[in-house]
Amino acid sequence: MADLVKKATRESYGEALAELGDKYENLYVLDADLAGATKTGIFKKKFPERHIDCGIAEANMMGVAAGLATTGKIPFASSFAMFAAGRAFEIVRNSIGYPHLNVKIGATHAGISVGEDGASHQCNEDIALMRSIPGMTVINPADDVEARAAIEAAINFNGPVYMRFGRLAVPIFHDKATYKFEIGKGEQLTDGKDVSIIATGLMVYEAIKAAEVLKADGISARVINIATIKPLDKELVIKAAKETGLIVTAEEHSVIGGLGSAVADCVTEACPVKVVKIGVQDVFGHSGPAADLLKEFGLSAENIVDTVKKAVAEK
Amino acid sequence: MDQLLKKQLEITACKVRMGIIEGVYNAKSGHPGGSLSIADTLTYLYFAKMNVYPDKPQEKDRDRFVLSKGHTAPALYSVLAHRGFFPVDELKTLRHIGSRLQGHPDMKHIPGVDMSTGSLGQGISAACGMALSAKLTNDTYHVYTILGDGEIEEGQVWEAAMFAAHNGLDNLTAIVDNNGLQIDGKISDVCSPYPIDEKFKAFGWHVITMDAHDFDSIEKAFREAEKVLHQPCVIIQTSVKGKGVSFMENQVSWHGTAPNAEQYEQAMSELKAHLAELEG
Repeated sequence: MADLVKKATRESYGEALAELGDKYENLYVLDADLAGATKTGIFKKKFPERHIDCGIAEANMMGVAAGLATTGKIPFASSFAMFAAGRAFEIVRNSIGYPHLNVKIGATHAGISVGEDGASHQCNEDIALMRSIPGMTVINPADDVEARAAIEAAINFNGPVYMRFGRLAVPIFHDKATYKFEIGKGEQLTDGKDVSIIATGLMVYEAIKAAEVLKADGISARVINIATIKPLDKELVIKAAKETGLIVTAEEHSVIGGLGSAVADCVTEACPVKVVKIGVQDVFGHSGPAADLLKEFGLSAENIVDTVKKAVAEK
Repeated sequence: MDQLLKKQLEITACKVRMGIIEGVYNAKSGHPGGSLSIADTLTYLYFAKMNVYPDKPQEKDRDRFVLSKGHTAPALYSVLAHRGFFPVDELKTLRHIGSRLQGHPDMKHIPGVDMSTGSLGQGISAACGMALSAKLTNDTYHVYTILGDGEIEEGQVWEAAMFAAHNGLDNLTAIVDNNGLQIDGKISDVCSPYPIDEKFKAFGWHVITMDAHDFDSIEKAFREAEKVLHQPCVIIQTSVKGKGVSFMENQVSWHGTAPNAEQYEQAMSELKAHLAELEG
């Protein structure tokens, strides 16, 4: 596979907001003293009058975002996933989710690929938390192209959206010229008949790489990218279950409550097949380089290949 | 205050109190104590102060109100009903299945409710967002929010207090309902938030005090608040929990208890007698 250009989706977030700020005059960006890290500093530089730094106070920031939304503005409340979904959970639930306000939450530094900062900042629970709020849309883009498209889709969607971005630079595999994003629609990247690998976020590219290796070993794997974890593209997932009879999910998130759980919930009701979940196995992370951590925690093409081979053999 | 207006407000406040008792009695649950303590302030805001449109509750230039102490929804509902946002008779459906009148304010379904609240400490942040929004686009509306004195034990209140002062939100007025009681007892015994005035001063707010059951004092306080520039205002109101119903006054047990039939009759007869006195 040719070497692809890499970019962290947090960069995409900051750049896209700055770009879209011209087109959408109603767009405002809120931060909790992390504008440099969430990359919303790029927006701040261009639109200082539309950037509000709330200081290190995520609970209040979410409430302020809710208040802004009641008056028709479109606020993007930005912080690390740990604080946006974790610390501020109850405010997101009660002040944004319950009144179904038009607040967009931009959560960067999600997952174990935060790296050296360690377990306190490696949020592997945010998808589970946000997915449990009624009416909350949850989007986890796989690369720069998808992140930018998803941000604009979120602006044009009326309702609360949780968007998950990463710190680690990841390959840009989508073609900007042709890629179309639709909230709630998954994307089948390769066809296959033996197994479906359903992945999200930075695991999508790992799944693509894994499918190539598996192909060489005679296993035909269908790769599906699920950027919108909620609402889940049930049609695509059920079709995959019916046509391949085996699902392996892959996500940089706990195996509890994330994509794997959403997929399992879906197929259990509609078309029960075996679902094997690759993700963080109910443990905390620790400090280290992101690439090493991803390997250690099984968030790699190699682990997808091994897991698929084992599951196919047991089929 | 104009004596005629004062009398009208006292009459309306008495009717608002009757609506509170009606609602909580029919719900067989709810929070009468803290609802009664803010009845006069809410009456003043909706009948003499705020720019609101009962026929067009979403009108863009309306003043906003956020009941940060959302459990006292019976008071907000009663004042909204009496102001014409929905029929007074609907107050009897409070907390019933199928009713719009949820246990805590629900902006999606109740005309006139500007923010869903109930989880303490959150309303003031939303109020800050509304006030900030006006500043960002030069809108002229004012934002009011009422907090409980127990509620200010929540840390988020102080995040919001810092934010409001930092952003110079002089279009925001917070009212702290200082009735001195919270569920577990006296606020000074549970986890004292005193001195409330000094805390807000230290956070950069203009602090005003008022008697929550005297319309002259209420008017004076709100008039002072609107003159303050470049900083938010807090009005600390000294109030009586359960005000207007003799056996509920200053009793912590009436924080979240509904009256039984006998207590309901007694409360209503006291309020009716007071109303007759005012109207006589």
